[in-house]
Amino acid sequence: MWDWFYKLASPPHFYRIAANLEPWLLWAAVILLLAGTYGGLVLAPPDYLQGDGFRIIYVHVPSAFLSMFAYVTMAVASAIGLIWRMKVAYCVAAASAPIGAAFAFLALVTGAIWGQPMWGTWWEWDPRLTSELILLFLFLGYIFLRQALRDTRQADRSSSILAIVGVINVPIIHYSVEWWTSIHQGPSLIKMDTPSITGDMLWPLLIMIVAYQLLFFAILLTGIRSELLQREKSSRWVNDLLTTGVIGEGAH
Amino acid sequence: MEFLAMGGYARYVWSAFGISFAVLIAMLWLTRRHFNLTKQTLLRRIRGKEGAQI
Repeated sequence: MWDWFYKLASPPHFYRIAANLEPWLLWAAVILLLAGTYGGLVLAPPDYLQGDGFRIIYVHVPSAFLSMFAYVTMAVASAIGLIWRMKVAYCVAAASAPIGAAFAFLALVTGAIWGQPMWGTWWEWDPRLTSELILLFLFLGYIFLRQALRDTRQADRSSSILAIVGVINVPIIHYSVEWWTSIHQGPSLIKMDTPSITGDMLWPLLIMIVAYQLLFFAILLTGIRSELLQREKSSRWVNDLLTTGVIGEGAH
Repeated sequence: MEFLAMGGYARYVWSAFGISFAVLIAMLWLTRRHFNLTKQTLLRRIRGKEGAQI
C-alpha cells in the first residue's frame, strides 16, 4: 500500500514523473486560464451592487486561495521531511515558498485594487488583510532563513519548524472574517451551506481556481527538479541525466 | 469600447488582470530560467571534472 509513497521518495523516480507531468499541467492551466478569463470578463453578468468592478474576484480569489494552499503544501511537506527524513519532501517545501509568496503578493495587490473603488481605501488594518500580509512575511521568512543557512540539513530542519509553526495562520486567514469585525466580505465559496454567488458568476471562478492550481503544480514541479539537481549533484543519476539526457533505468 | 470601459471600473479591472498575468508569467519564466541555469552549471562542473581526469 505504501509502495507508491516510498517510490516517490526516490529522487530520480520523482524527477522522471515530474518531467513527464509538467507540460501536461502547464498546457491544461493555459487553456483553463483563457477559458476562465473569457468567462469572467465577457460571459459573467455585472454584479447588481459592484457593477463590473466585481470581475477582479476572478484573479483575486484564486491568488488568495493558492497562497494558502501553497503554505499548507509547504507545511505538510516540511512535516513529512522531518518525520521520514525524506529529501524529496524538503524539495517540495523549498520549491513551494517562492510560488506561495508570489500568490500572497498577488492576493494583496489585487485586493487593494478592488478595495479602492469599493471601500474607498487601498489598505486597511483589517484582520483578513493583516493575516494575509503575515502569510507573505512567513513565506519571505522561510526563503531568507533557508538562504541564510549554508548547511542544507540545518536549513531543512530550521525552515521546516518555521513552516509548521506558521501554518496556524492559515485557519486564522480563513475564519478572520467570522471571528472578528471585518470590512472584508464573508466566505462566498467554502462555507457550510451553498455558495452565496450565482451560477453564471461561479463557474468562471471555479475554472480560474483550477487553472491557478494546475499552474502552481506545473511551476512547483520545475522548482522541485531544480532543487533535486542541486542536492543530488554528486550522484550518478544526475551525472547520467546531464550528460546523456536520460536517467538510467537502475537509478532509485 | 463599452467592454473596455468596464462600467467605469476599467483602470481597476484591467490593472488587476494585467498585474496578475504579468506575475504568473514572470514566475513561470524565472523558475524555468533557474532550472536551466542549474542544469548548465552542473553540466559545466561535470565536464570540468572529466577534463581534469584526462
